[in-house]
Amino acid sequence: MFYIHCPYCGETREEEEFHPKGQAHIARPLDPDACSDEEWGDYLFFRDNPRGIHHELWVHAVGCRKFFNVTRHTVTYEILETYKMGEQPSITAEHPEGRPTDAVDQQASLRDGVRA
Amino acid sequence: MSQLNRLPQGGRIDRSRKLSFTFNGKSYEGHAGDTLASALLANGVDIVNRSFKYSRPRGIVAAGAEEPNAVVQLGATEAAQVPNVRATQQALYEGLEARSTNGWPNVQRDLMSLVGKLGGKFMPPGFYYKTFMAPASLWMTYEKYIRKSAGLGRSPMERDPDIYDHLHQHCDVLVIGAGPAGLAAALAAARSGARVILADEQEEMGGSLLDSRELLDDRPAEQWVAQVLETLAGMDNVTLLPRTTANGYHDHNFVTLHERRTEHLADTAPRKDGRRQVRARMHRVRAGRVVLATGAHERPLVYAGNDVPGNLLAGAVSTYIRRYGVVPGQKLVLSTSNDHAYRAALDWHEAGREVVAIADARANPDGELVERARARGIRIITGSAVIEAKGESRVSGARVATIDAEGFRVTGQAETLACDTIASSGGYSPVIHLASHTGGRPTWRDDLLGFVPTLVKGVSAAGGAQGVYATAEVLADGVETGSRAASEAGFAAAPVSLPQVAVRRDGAAVALYQVPHEKPTLRAPKQFVDLQNDVTAAGIELATREGFESIEHVKRYTAMGFGTDQGKLGNINGMAIAARCLGRSIPEVGTTVFRPNYTPVTFGAIVGRHCRELFDPERYTAMHQWHVEHGAEFEDVGQWKRPWYFPKTVNGKTETMHEAVARECLAVREAVGILDASTLGKIDIQGPDAREFLGRVYTNKWAKLAPGRVRYGLMCKDDGMVFDDGTTSCLGENHFLMTTTTGGAATVLEWLEIWHQTEWPELEVYFNSVTDHWATMTITGPEARKLLAEVTDMDLDRESFKFMDWREGVVAGVPARVFRISFTGELAFEINVQANYALHVWETLFAHGEKYGLTPYGTETMHVLRAEKGFIIAGQDTDGSVTPEDLGMQWAIGYDKPFPWIGKRALSRPDTARTDRKQLVGLKPKDPKVVLEEGAQIVFDPHHAIPMPMVGHVTSSYYSPTLDSGFALAVVKGGQQKMGETVYLPMADGQVHEAEIVSPIFVDPKGERQNV
Repeated sequence: MFYIHCPYCGETREEEEFHPKGQAHIARPLDPDACSDEEWGDYLFFRDNPRGIHHELWVHAVGCRKFFNVTRHTVTYEILETYKMGEQPSITAEHPEGRPTDAVDQQASLRDGVRA
Repeated sequence: MSQLNRLPQGGRIDRSRKLSFTFNGKSYEGHAGDTLASALLANGVDIVNRSFKYSRPRGIVAAGAEEPNAVVQLGATEAAQVPNVRATQQALYEGLEARSTNGWPNVQRDLMSLVGKLGGKFMPPGFYYKTFMAPASLWMTYEKYIRKSAGLGRSPMERDPDIYDHLHQHCDVLVIGAGPAGLAAALAAARSGARVILADEQEEMGGSLLDSRELLDDRPAEQWVAQVLETLAGMDNVTLLPRTTANGYHDHNFVTLHERRTEHLADTAPRKDGRRQVRARMHRVRAGRVVLATGAHERPLVYAGNDVPGNLLAGAVSTYIRRYGVVPGQKLVLSTSNDHAYRAALDWHEAGREVVAIADARANPDGELVERARARGIRIITGSAVIEAKGESRVSGARVATIDAEGFRVTGQAETLACDTIASSGGYSPVIHLASHTGGRPTWRDDLLGFVPTLVKGVSAAGGAQGVYATAEVLADGVETGSRAASEAGFAAAPVSLPQVAVRRDGAAVALYQVPHEKPTLRAPKQFVDLQNDVTAAGIELATREGFESIEHVKRYTAMGFGTDQGKLGNINGMAIAARCLGRSIPEVGTTVFRPNYTPVTFGAIVGRHCRELFDPERYTAMHQWHVEHGAEFEDVGQWKRPWYFPKTVNGKTETMHEAVARECLAVREAVGILDASTLGKIDIQGPDAREFLGRVYTNKWAKLAPGRVRYGLMCKDDGMVFDDGTTSCLGENHFLMTTTTGGAATVLEWLEIWHQTEWPELEVYFNSVTDHWATMTITGPEARKLLAEVTDMDLDRESFKFMDWREGVVAGVPARVFRISFTGELAFEINVQANYALHVWETLFAHGEKYGLTPYGTETMHVLRAEKGFIIAGQDTDGSVTPEDLGMQWAIGYDKPFPWIGKRALSRPDTARTDRKQLVGLKPKDPKVVLEEGAQIVFDPHHAIPMPMVGHVTSSYYSPTLDSGFALAVVKGGQQKMGETVYLPMADGQVHEAEIVSPIFVDPKGERQNV
């Protein structure tokens, strides 16, 4: 059972208080009608299933009801960081030891991309 | 019977307190401080069970959690039955009653053993599957009898009278195991100021020190144990949990501790101060750091006949003599690969009984204990091992021969030594189970001849669990590990002084697992690896020959390592044998993964208080008591208890549901009914962007909904499928009240939040659940207005308070919101008041309602009435594959809304645009007496060859008293274009029902009745 730090409450709480909501950083296309059926299907149904570092969306369901992001290792189940909505992970598959803080380009790509 | 194996003195038992107990119906006596196993051995009970597969007689082998044979059924009464109790871990108490779990008619004369003897050669691994494979349909029948003959204990048939608790704990350092390493680690961590929990599975803390003859600071080890425990008990930051097993090590240092508080006293918890004590607790511990001080298990040697009663672990022999004052026999032969096991022979000799010989696998053993044995004149046969035990219900002799362990062969003539006990030791395996739970694959160490744990972050191992065995080193390792754990948890280490312990000079051990026999393994007498599952060395060899190369496959094919002991005794030997057969090394073969639980955990402790009425929360509406008093039958809707129907009793005859529902339906259609609708989800939505937000999450338009007006809305997911529906009222320009289905309330609130928080945080809008704040009562029927007018001065005129309007006012003296919405198709008012006023309003309505025939109705009538009108229930008439268009609800779709609302894009996917999708229709059975089965499959052609193409199914079906006919809602492929056509519903009993596709609106298609 996980022990999860809610970045809004500022406390680490039992997993029972949270719900997982799937992969994080999946942005809804701004103009759905401009999407091909394949693009729309990709947004709706297709998710990554990495062995290793994964960014997930969780909600503090019986706490503050806020959604936030979790960087979790899918093999060790270690939670490497949690961060608020709109923020970017500092630990990624490319930078498992932490991204350089000035990696602005990468921030942009994470925000835009369906694939974090 | 006297305790013939009890020594006149010694041991940690209380000789002044005699305890009587029964085993298999026979009475015996033991002492306070005994385990059931030590008491049975004291009384000379050889056979404690029959084996799982071959029904061979079995005796006690070990003295702890690893015991495979002495697994008993405990309990004097039916309600107190506990299966799978290890006699070695069960403290003796007055009046204890235990039985063997196996053996029919009894363990002494077992009929099944005949099968074992005759069939023994013919029962290879997979025997049951291979033999009873055909016909497959009879497997269930076979299995029943196989299970019965196998005997795995049984659960009680009566309700458990005991209570169990869950405790949630936090600590900085959790130390598991209170042997020398654990005590030292706990002391070091506690001195630093860290919050420490020390848990130990045994009756007494102290572990191996309780039966050690070593001196710590020139005093007996047990005195040091007592002193440390006293110190720890006096510290506020330390919690001592004896009789507590760490049974599971889960993610992020979450450990479950199973504490047995009364099982050493009686088979059900005794009363204290008139109250029943808590029998067991499950501590759910979130630990900063965990120290595994779980020690090591001794490995037995695998030789022919090693399962005959009288074959014990060398260490267990020492434990029984030293801790319990019991010598489990008269004449001992010891077979060993190491020095430490010599203790068994020395203890046996000291107890005044005969040590026939020590067979030592090593050519030149020369350790301190070896010399001591020599000095006492004990015969040591070097380079040899016991290759076979003789005897049936008790060991009668040991065949000892010189062996070549590396070459796996017997090199000399075997000599048969008369004896009744054979002790064996093949070395020690660190207890890596808990570390294994965390996913770490253990590492083999050739110098230790054992696996050591691979540790994840936040956990460390000390002492035997790490392969450190000498007491002085174990204590030092414990202190160091405890200090390190505390400092990692943020506490500065404080000095701990260690007692002086003389260092014993031990010779090196050799690797020996399976002992060779003169005959090849497949033809030699059975050499048992896993005693509990009757897995032999031959079975493992056969499995490898049949192509099972992965140790996990070998495990599943042979059943090695299953059962209550989880391979604690046999696994490493089994892996070594598999490795030998496959020509690999042990680390190449690897281990199987140990999983929780370490030892069996009673369901009571897992469940805690979450049982019976506390199994799941129950939610009641404000009118619940009234419903109970008026005889309502209840239905569970989510966690809510909703009145299902209100059966009347007239002249001592109570209505059936069918009769009650017919009466309730007609009351609504002809007079007035009242429904407690408080359970519907209610979400208060406020903010300048509330209206915009509604337009994005609902399929229809919200831009022009004026204050005072109500609108029905459908909600889709972005895949275009309907997932909830309900009405939303405009309370003010920036203020709305959304209703959801009863079951969907929490889901819909989370749905609104996720879209707001993750996609449209720029919208200023706030959501709050007000489901419990407002109670809702629906009065509906032609007389509804007249009734309501009696209790309010609100203007109820049909022109000024229109259908789909809501008004604020006072009802029965209470501030109320009244909504003119209808789920029955009749004139209806939904009265919302603060929940704490609701019962008053409800009762006031009844005080005025009698003359109008006011009738309470439940969910069943609500369903009939809404289905007659073709109103869907999301989740019943929809199932996550139904679009608004499939429902024929194009009128609720804002195709031209500017924002691409949730679900819109999906409606133009080729699949959602198909014309032959399953669409909502009404079904009218040709025979009006027929009420179609919900879920029944629909076909177009009942004469089609099987399998018939299924074209839809019934989603809702009832008898309508208004129509005096059965009717149904269904989804049918292309159904909206098939009005008037006939479909067929073949049933499981061979009947085929006929029905006509009709409009889903059966009553008042123009909607005039709700508009009066």
